[in-house]
Amino acid sequence: MIEIEIIGIAIVTTLACVLPGVFLVLRGVALMSDAIAHSTLLGIVGVFFLVHQLESPLFILGASLMGVLTVSLTEWLINSKRVKKDAAIGLVFPLFFAIAVILISKYASHIHLNSDAVLFGEIAFAPFDRVILNGSDFGPKALWLMGGILGFNSLMIGLFYKELKVSTFDAGLATSLGISPTIMHYGLMSLTSITAVGAFDSVGSILVVALMITPPATAYLITNSLSGMVMMSCFIGVMAAMVGVFVSLYMDISIAGSIATVTGIFFMLGLIFAPRRGLLTRLLVVKKQRISFSLRLLLVQLLAHEGKASELIENTVANIINHMRWSNKLAQHVVRLGVSKDWLRHQNGRLFLTSLGREVAKREMVRF
Amino acid sequence: MSYTLTIVILGTILLGSVAGALGCFAVLRKQSLLGDAIAHAALPGICIAFLITGAKHSTMLVLGAIIVGWLGAIILSIVTQQTTLKKDAILGIILSVFFGFGLVLLTYIQRLATSQKSGLNQYLFGSASTLLKADLWVMGVLGSIVVIMMILFWKEFKLISFDTAYASSLGYRVKTLETVLTMLIVVAIVIGLQTVGVVLMSALVIAPAVAARQWTDRLSVMVILAGFFGSISGVMGALLSSFFYQIPTGPVIVVVMSIIVIISLFLSPLRGIVWEKVRQYRNRKLIYQKKSLYQLWLLAQNHDDLTYAHSITTLEALGFHWALASLQQLVQKGLVYKNKQGHWGLTQQGVTEAQRVAVAWRGEELVKERPDYD
Repeated sequence: MIEIEIIGIAIVTTLACVLPGVFLVLRGVALMSDAIAHSTLLGIVGVFFLVHQLESPLFILGASLMGVLTVSLTEWLINSKRVKKDAAIGLVFPLFFAIAVILISKYASHIHLNSDAVLFGEIAFAPFDRVILNGSDFGPKALWLMGGILGFNSLMIGLFYKELKVSTFDAGLATSLGISPTIMHYGLMSLTSITAVGAFDSVGSILVVALMITPPATAYLITNSLSGMVMMSCFIGVMAAMVGVFVSLYMDISIAGSIATVTGIFFMLGLIFAPRRGLLTRLLVVKKQRISFSLRLLLVQLLAHEGKASELIENTVANIINHMRWSNKLAQHVVRLGVSKDWLRHQNGRLFLTSLGREVAKREMVRF
Repeated sequence: MSYTLTIVILGTILLGSVAGALGCFAVLRKQSLLGDAIAHAALPGICIAFLITGAKHSTMLVLGAIIVGWLGAIILSIVTQQTTLKKDAILGIILSVFFGFGLVLLTYIQRLATSQKSGLNQYLFGSASTLLKADLWVMGVLGSIVVIMMILFWKEFKLISFDTAYASSLGYRVKTLETVLTMLIVVAIVIGLQTVGVVLMSALVIAPAVAARQWTDRLSVMVILAGFFGSISGVMGALLSSFFYQIPTGPVIVVVMSIIVIISLFLSPLRGIVWEKVRQYRNRKLIYQKKSLYQLWLLAQNHDDLTYAHSITTLEALGFHWALASLQQLVQKGLVYKNKQGHWGLTQQGVTEAQRVAVAWRGEELVKERPDYD
């Protein structure tokens, strides 16, 4: 039962992270999620010192504000022209995070907040913190919290889908249509902050980053449409969450770390095997094109020497290997392809054009 | 000074200066966040080294961190070349996935029956008090190698930091140089992991360089300054965290370093934000004064007397809502007078000055031909 609840929380958290993540990846601000996820910790600590509990709505609001503050401070630094974008990101959030860790270790190490939990979170404990109303059990709190955030994210992204899409792909067009890129940007940053705050408890700050960036980036390698990317990232995220939870329960290791690792493995698989852009696919395409080009080259060569005295020497497999400096293997591939297309005949090491092959060769001559 | 304290101070000077110096190249090459990714990626390396050797042997752990951190950097460059993904997305993937895998290994190690308390947790936020003499030796040797390499390849690294195209046109092997530089940055980061921790080590690469950049336009000065800032904050941070119990060293070092960055950003004589604001304020004041002078002069063109006084409302009606302040400043300079009716006019000296402004703004010809033309 607890296992099912853990998987449920993992899936809901993943979905909540993936939705804003798609747009972060497309807009080239993926690392803002890293900055936000770290900085919200200071907000969490700050609010905790103010209200002394971790469960008021004020808590999510305050901590999210910290995330948005990080973004604006980073952008202020960039606009001051003294610091480049990447350095600016790397200056602001470490400071906030460092202050938060110091505060936690100094004043709050005895309570639920400790610096390890902050980094890793622990879904394994989430099912023990339950919503109990009038004595009846309504399931784990984390499930409700992340479910709520998932609902909110879906609602906002659903409502502003068109606006987000336009401003992501063509900021100029968006402005001319009256969509403020600034509002879209900060809206997305707010969603990211809220999600990071909600998820820190169960998956920790750095794993929020893994969930926000990796599934969308994997989907980006596979699909070409925004809606496809959203759906694909959700699918990849859910699969990673499920596999990750199973592996971690089986091996008794960090659940969040395991989910992050699985997202990374999925990314590697996507990188290699993606239908159009995968490394392997592209390797195969290049090989195929090389053979097909070499075959056309061979046809022209055969045509040039056909019916001449030199034909006997020139139009042989041995000579082709020699002259064109082809490897044995390539020559074999090329000849096999030519024969299978019925452009060539191969007899005792000698090569002959078929009538179809002659036509192709003449056409290729013109093209060359 | 106690023995431990000496080791801590030596260690933090070492890691701060090496990370600071090498960080300059990372920041100038807009690769600041590479450090973040490498530092996080090193965590599984440390864990794997521990799993293989079964002990906390500093040389082995450092070696593991270097190899896996380096692997992270290689994957980064391959994925950057092979996909159209934005670079920061790839950085984020490497950072979070490697770190996640590190956590998996960390929890696995903690649950191993054989391992005594491994103490690998200190690599998350760093702990200067666990530095041993053996660690210092490893740091010292690696740090010296990095610095010597940096000095040997100084000209080349300088070139690829500012103009890679020019470097390759001169026949330098830019790819190889970049690889060597990245390797050095990896080593510089790994040196600091035990003291500063994987989470915040990147700040010690970026922040000293950014601070140093504010004080100078020369690379050599910047590198030395960054090394200096890095070691100062390292020492201060380590000392502060050893005075207050329970606080990990990394965060304290980062806070100290950030204070240096803030001071540099605001107060450095060259690029300080405060001085820029002061300059802007002074310039604006001067321009307002010139505008007021010029406007009084223009208004006076309709009268025989160029020192003829006008009411301030005339100026304010033209949109010069700041007119009063600048007129008062001009009175002090003796260029403007205020008569009994409270009207403002140019003095003789003011007329000459206003004429000069008019010539500067409109050209001599135009001022002579049509003085009243605005």
